[in-house]
Amino acid sequence: MLADLIESLAKIVFIFTVNVGVFAPILGWVERKQSAVMQDRIGANRADILGFTAIGLFHSLADAVKLLTKEDFVPANANKFFHTLAPFIALVPAISAFAIIPFGGRYELFGREINLVIADLDVGILYVFALAGLATYGTVLAGWSSRSNWSLLGGLRASAQMLSYEVAMGLSIIGIIIVYGSLRLTDIGAAQENFFRWGIFLQPVGFIIYMTCAIAENKRIPFDIPEAESELVAGYFTEYSGMKFVMFWMAEFLEMVTISAIVTTLFFGAWHIPFVTDAMLLSWFSGFAGPNGAAALAMAVNIAVFFAKVSFFIWLQMTIRWTLPRFRYDQVMRMCWKMLLPLSLINLSITGLVVLLL
Amino acid sequence: MELLIFYAFCVGAVVSALLMVTTKRPVRAAMSLVATMSFLAGLYALLNAHLIAVLQLIVYAGAIMVLFLFVIMLLNIEEKEGKLAKNVFFIQLAGTVVVGILMVAMVVVMNKIGAPVAGAAVDETFGTTKAVGWMLFTKYLLPFEIASVLLLAAIVGAVILAKRRIDNSKA
Repeated sequence: MLADLIESLAKIVFIFTVNVGVFAPILGWVERKQSAVMQDRIGANRADILGFTAIGLFHSLADAVKLLTKEDFVPANANKFFHTLAPFIALVPAISAFAIIPFGGRYELFGREINLVIADLDVGILYVFALAGLATYGTVLAGWSSRSNWSLLGGLRASAQMLSYEVAMGLSIIGIIIVYGSLRLTDIGAAQENFFRWGIFLQPVGFIIYMTCAIAENKRIPFDIPEAESELVAGYFTEYSGMKFVMFWMAEFLEMVTISAIVTTLFFGAWHIPFVTDAMLLSWFSGFAGPNGAAALAMAVNIAVFFAKVSFFIWLQMTIRWTLPRFRYDQVMRMCWKMLLPLSLINLSITGLVVLLL
Repeated sequence: MELLIFYAFCVGAVVSALLMVTTKRPVRAAMSLVATMSFLAGLYALLNAHLIAVLQLIVYAGAIMVLFLFVIMLLNIEEKEGKLAKNVFFIQLAGTVVVGILMVAMVVVMNKIGAPVAGAAVDETFGTTKAVGWMLFTKYLLPFEIASVLLLAAIVGAVILAKRRIDNSKA
């Protein structure tokens, strides 16, 4: 009982540190640096401590200090309760979505079986969709409660866009669920031990649809019409400042991490290295490290592989963000209902047919 | 521990439901309803019905209520107290009758199910996605299909209504 509690706590602390402590601040810097590289600029490199700039990494630190000490401004006409609540509703789902994502397999360590996932839910991936649905309220309420036309327009656009893309996103995943026969992300991850059974080979169309919908759901370019700075100032979070502003910003980055983690788990072999099975990894390490040491080493390698893959997909999303121009509002909606939704339905029917025949 | 969580969810559900019916501000009422549904989802999860809990969040709290909020925002309904309808008495009467019928139905169903047997073992797979799916596609296939046809009819109806309005505005 106590050991279980310690294990769960350790996993929660680990994921929380990695997400909020490492990914969120680092990504703020990566985004700037990435845009600088892609636009042939030098980029963030001015913040320095005693002359050291650490390739601009101190900007994250400077940002944190600035945002924490900044005035928290609430517009006079705003609905104060919902104006304060909105950033929390946006951030909490982004953080808690990671609870069901396996960042490693199962390991036998000192007679204890360790399953590297915080909550191995039977409903699995559906939990993420439930949280994504709740995250919409953060955006919508932020837009409405600010009592500003820019914010309201942003909120309206966001609610329509996020609701529409949730439908296509849900349907794009069903193909994967049919193929692996489980909603549990741990099962789906374990089923991809064989390189040729990775989701990307079995469901290539599903991957493309999911990735598109996920970026739209996260409201990033080319789907950033709810915040479109050239049209709506900053859209739904125009009237936010200080810590509340940074909460929206963190929610966006953490959602990006979650999307990458889900893509890795569903389509790119989760914690597995291509052509290396879990048993092979264990036998290599047990040659010199003993059974417990081998399990610990295999665990470390798998976690590293998982987060390396996650980092790759974060990079991919950033590259997309700095490459493509923004869609027009009607184009975004048409793309969802007239292209992605029929495409995912066709993908679903073909998958169902093939699985039934085989 | 479980009992504590249960009471927390119960109190939350009742309080937010009361807020929903007593407040006169549309957005506050909608958000209270979202809270009620989320608390209900928590109660389902405590009853081991994980799939129902998540579906409650996805469908009711996540999708339907966002549409409600969307409409409220789109129409920009005033924050001030809404005007009371003229025939308050009939509305109250209708509400009482509907709730009364629901109450009777609930009592009938409860009597039919009977009191829970103390210590009765629940099937290991109870409430899992597999078990619920199996039931839906075998024992309850007909009601399930009828419900889906009903929903399809509603969707078609909504599309036709929306279409006609666009045609009228053009003419």
